[in-house]
Amino acid sequence: MKTLRASPMSTIVNLPPTEKQKPSRTPQVFLNARLIDPESGRDEPGGLFVQDGLIADIGPHLRRNAPEGAAVIDCQGHVLCPGLIDAQVFSGEPGQEHRETLKTASRAAAAGGVTTMVVMPDTSPVIDQVALVDFIQRRARDNAIVHVHTMAAMTRGLGGEEMTEIGLLKRAGAIAFTNGKSSIANTRVMRNVLNYAKDFDALIVHHCEDPYLSATASMNSGEVATRLGLAGVPTVAETIVVERDVRLVEKTGSRYHASTISCGQSLDVIRAAKARGLKVSCGVSINHLTLNENDVTGYRTFFKVRPPLRHEDDRKAMVEGIASGDIDIIVSSHDPQDADVKRRPFQEAADGAAGLETLLPVALRLFHSGDVGLVQLLKAMTVNPAKLLGLHSGRLKKGAIADIILVDLNEPWVVNKDLLRSRSKNSPFDEARLQGRVLRTLVAGETVYQYAGNSASLPAV
Amino acid sequence: MTKFASAQLTRFPHRHLLSCEGLTAPDIGFLLDLADKAADRNRKVDKKRNILAGRIVINLFFEASTRTQASFELAGKRLGADVMNMLVASSSVQKGETLIDTAVTLNAMRPDIIVVRHHAAGAVELLSQKVDCSVVNAGDGAHQHPTQALLDALTIRRAKGRLAGLTVAICGDILHSRVARSNIALLNAMSARVRVIAPSTLLPSNPDRLGAEVYTDMWKGLADADVVMMLRLQHERMDGAYVPSSREYFHFFGLDHEKLARAKPDALIMHPGPMNRGVEIASTVADHSRSVIRDQVEMGVAVRMAVLEALSPNLPQA
Repeated sequence: MKTLRASPMSTIVNLPPTEKQKPSRTPQVFLNARLIDPESGRDEPGGLFVQDGLIADIGPHLRRNAPEGAAVIDCQGHVLCPGLIDAQVFSGEPGQEHRETLKTASRAAAAGGVTTMVVMPDTSPVIDQVALVDFIQRRARDNAIVHVHTMAAMTRGLGGEEMTEIGLLKRAGAIAFTNGKSSIANTRVMRNVLNYAKDFDALIVHHCEDPYLSATASMNSGEVATRLGLAGVPTVAETIVVERDVRLVEKTGSRYHASTISCGQSLDVIRAAKARGLKVSCGVSINHLTLNENDVTGYRTFFKVRPPLRHEDDRKAMVEGIASGDIDIIVSSHDPQDADVKRRPFQEAADGAAGLETLLPVALRLFHSGDVGLVQLLKAMTVNPAKLLGLHSGRLKKGAIADIILVDLNEPWVVNKDLLRSRSKNSPFDEARLQGRVLRTLVAGETVYQYAGNSASLPAV
Repeated sequence: MTKFASAQLTRFPHRHLLSCEGLTAPDIGFLLDLADKAADRNRKVDKKRNILAGRIVINLFFEASTRTQASFELAGKRLGADVMNMLVASSSVQKGETLIDTAVTLNAMRPDIIVVRHHAAGAVELLSQKVDCSVVNAGDGAHQHPTQALLDALTIRRAKGRLAGLTVAICGDILHSRVARSNIALLNAMSARVRVIAPSTLLPSNPDRLGAEVYTDMWKGLADADVVMMLRLQHERMDGAYVPSSREYFHFFGLDHEKLARAKPDALIMHPGPMNRGVEIASTVADHSRSVIRDQVEMGVAVRMAVLEALSPNLPQA
């Protein structure tokens, strides 16, 4: 036990991805950019120099002047910022490859400006053994075009009863531990997991939803559910579990993250826990920041997600939580589902929404509406998840890995689900009018995505 | 019968009948007027008409139902249609797949009207999106059962001469009831006052938003009601899950003579059936002179004839 505890895990976690991306031979310089680094708050005109997969130099002095021998990219004043880190992605690999593979998910990620995705262990088989963590890393190395990390199950088979080998799994590279889409109902198990994980400084990420209150429910409890004749899950089903977990964390002192909260009361609990100095954080999915329960009207199964879309007041509370920084991170909660399991009566349809590729443009709605400042918004998708997960990316500074994206904040476009790169097309934002899109995505200095529809603004390298 | 001012429509302006929400007073008045005529005709010797001659009506039931299916079958036959009954035994796993597949398969047989009952809310609407014919909702989960609300309205209108201004108390398992949801919507559209009476465990969230006054005390809820509409309480919900026992339920929410005395002296007693005598309604109350429960069954055939008749001009004619 003691020897395990001594090994520094975070360095291991960061090794594999940099190896698979062959560093670009030619140095590249991005001129005439609007540099945004959410960590330092930097937001100024300037340029950035990439060499050997790293950010070799950055600053206003590079706004117009290219170093000798570097390929020049004129950013035309667009935003250059760290690539996004999406801490909750469900892929279908292994076992459900018809929904999504690490390869297809990574392509969607690249097109959405996500340079690191964290995949969840809800696969078949469940990622609850060292060999399966290895499997994900190997498949990702061979097939994915962005960095991939995996969370591991904290109970065997996500069954919520027997603890997994948290120490060995972490050493194998599991970035955090979760029970995936299900909550741990047994309080004793939850306490023991938190207690044990603390010895390895492992992060526990928990989906909070009382399984008894949500058993038969398929949407938020409230007027819409009443009209539609659907059983609803009340917000209290979430808050009860968040509250319970926080009390346990208070006892155990573990690192705890509520994966996706969806209502104001849960946020209040997290706020209070932070005020008490607990190592507690929380995330919210992009869906719960931009959609509400009314979207379900007409039994639209593409809007069936977990936790369910809530009342508009709760959505506003979530947006306010991002603006204030009380909600730490935004995730896509990308959950590809094929048409067969979505084209069913609502209560029988699968949960989940595809979201990797639209994460940033949809999040920009909050910026364009004036609800959240740009730097604050990006923080929740870059440096905050990086800090939470112990990653060195998510920052725009000298010496950092060159995971960067170029973003046109204003380009208007309409989502067409058939053009999305995810293998499954269950986007709740199909036909949505969005403003802003990713022009170019670099992973460790390599361009893995370039927007074709607007090539005029991107002179050839 | 009195003539009603709302009957100004010359044609029913919908292709399907999926829900009472969205129906206007003229829509409802149009259907009730047609049903009134059908009810009168049904009491004569020659009941048959040929409005739907050559048309195919499919009764597609994913949930067994004796009276609704029989009622639709009779309605279709009296209008001259070829009626086919299908009871789809749904396996618990692949219900949804069966639904879409069945819809596509049936659609290929070129029916004119499909009458559907399904255990999942929204299933009938989903099916209507996959077929070319008209679709009538014969009950979908806890969502809607529009022909039930129409037959209730017709029964009330024939007994009371109007709907507007009446106080209708709906009592029982509101939470799981499509009958309640349809009735609340329809009665609101017709300017009746609706009350719902149930223990809190059998009320959905925000029931008042549907347009009903909410009571958890039946004695208060029945005060001066013109109509008392009882709902069936399913057996599996009386064993402690939602209410402690049928005995306790009957004590507080069963319609007996004592509670009935709170309503107006000429209040109608209604029940969509099948009844649990001694659970939600005392046997003697069910057979009371003011009970119109058997009229409801009779009006059921008339209303379903009216619905099929109203939809027929909107079917492709060529």
